[in-house]
Amino acid sequence: MKKQTLTAFLLLLPSFLGTAVFVLIPFLDVFRRSFFQAVGGSFVGLSNYIAVLENEAFLQALSNTLRFLLVCLPLLLGLSFALAVLLYSLPFARSFFEAFFLLPMAIPVASVVVFWRMLFHTDGLLNGLLGYGGFSGGDWMNTDAAFGVLVFSYIWKNLGYDVILWIAGLSQIPKEQYEAARVSGAGELRCFFSITLPQMGDTILMIGVLSFVNAFRVFREAYLIAGNYPHNSIYMLQHLFNNWFTKLDIQKMSAAAVMLAVVISLMFLFLERRNERKERTDS
Amino acid sequence: MKSLTQRFTGVHRQWPVYVFLSLLALLMLFPVLTMALSSLMGPGELRESYGAVLGAGGENILWKPLPQYPTLQPFVELLLDSPDFFVMFWNSCRQVFPILLGQTMVGMPAAWAFARYRFPGRKVLFWLYMVLMVMPFQVTMVSSYLVLSRLSLMDTHLAICLPGIFSTFPVFIMEKFFRAIPDSLLEAARVDGAGAFTIFWHIGVPLGLPGVMSALILNFLEYWNAMEAPMTFLKTKAKFPLSLYLPEITTDQMSVSFAASVVMMLPAILGFLWGQEYLQAGIAASGLKE
Repeated sequence: MKKQTLTAFLLLLPSFLGTAVFVLIPFLDVFRRSFFQAVGGSFVGLSNYIAVLENEAFLQALSNTLRFLLVCLPLLLGLSFALAVLLYSLPFARSFFEAFFLLPMAIPVASVVVFWRMLFHTDGLLNGLLGYGGFSGGDWMNTDAAFGVLVFSYIWKNLGYDVILWIAGLSQIPKEQYEAARVSGAGELRCFFSITLPQMGDTILMIGVLSFVNAFRVFREAYLIAGNYPHNSIYMLQHLFNNWFTKLDIQKMSAAAVMLAVVISLMFLFLERRNERKERTDS
Repeated sequence: MKSLTQRFTGVHRQWPVYVFLSLLALLMLFPVLTMALSSLMGPGELRESYGAVLGAGGENILWKPLPQYPTLQPFVELLLDSPDFFVMFWNSCRQVFPILLGQTMVGMPAAWAFARYRFPGRKVLFWLYMVLMVMPFQVTMVSSYLVLSRLSLMDTHLAICLPGIFSTFPVFIMEKFFRAIPDSLLEAARVDGAGAFTIFWHIGVPLGLPGVMSALILNFLEYWNAMEAPMTFLKTKAKFPLSLYLPEITTDQMSVSFAASVVMMLPAILGFLWGQEYLQAGIAASGLKE
């Protein structure tokens, strides 16, 4: 073995060993278990998977989670992009505003949960405010509106994070391109549609993946505001995993974890392949 | 470079944008501000304004932006009469700081290896690290549970710390910063006869320090806020971190719960203010493709 390789392996060893012990090996065990029975340990093929896919709570949770992602991701990506473009064009005080938008990301969920409760309570601030305006509010947490509340708190928390990511993407576009376009008479809009937008392809995919990952963390808000069994419209995969865990239903959890891992890995693989192809054509 | 006057005329022209952004910024800040101001209200005033919501009687909710009789009494009560709070605060520290220390010690060399060495399997391994980075907690929760109960670590602080230490996210962030160090510097050291570890320790670590800081601040905010892992792997209430303890005090002791929320928020906000630059650099680095 080359000395270089040996040094690299030595440097990697502690990290890799830990990852193997705490993640990789147990995950292989989970993979194995997903094909076996809980009691007796006989091979049952795909029946754990079928049990999960036929489970009503799973289907409900999956459809809620997908609905949440389909509503939130475009909304968050769109809003944060608009905000990023706006901020990026500012002549002054850009970092000042960036700080404000990023702040919610730093705030621990548990420490603002009282505020969300006050805001969305039946006799809470929001309904009170609506009352002043002559509108009638509703019971936000125990109707389908709970879904909207969750979307709102997700956007509140993640907007600044995505803005920073977009600005990082925007700042990679060479300034000369804009200058050249302006010299040949292109206006702001033209610049935006012909220079900015076409070069955001990679950024949007990467931000999409990161926002997708962060979307799984919205469980914290859902759990803190509404507990283990919230309104049906915000019963997510994360709640289901938690409830399975309380019942120690390892078989269902294993099968579901394997499926989730496969879906996410495939998404990620697709993203990486695309990037690689792009790099090859670029160079 | 624009001159200062040009910049000012820019501001002048764009004032609607600034007004809009300021309103939006205020909206983002609103929950934090409300929490902070409410924590300065005494129990009586609180009951008056929010009693209806928190189930402690009172008619309807009164929206009061400023406390009429500001008092530090809730904080005094929290710090003197709630021994639980100290235990949980200490628990949070005991879970967060070992994770950060461990991540740095284990992650730095790994990130250096990925950034600065070419070895067989590098690509596959780095891909694996990235995939693990994006996996939600629910994917790894069964496997972590299996290994933690095998090692009889369930319901201990280590059950939170150990899986946290081997998170691959800090490796990914630090790798980005290590890779940006110019080759010429390392080459010069090599010519002078410095060994691999000298180069790592005396050139890599100091120059990659912003990356280490970024990873630290991002992970501090993440673990200070952690809920899923403590909820799953801890059973004894005496071992709960603040994030699990706070929701439980909200109903019976309102004023204390506001004060406790603010105290929990404080380290996060201080960390944010102190490390904002690193935080932004870290976020930007997490978005750059491999």
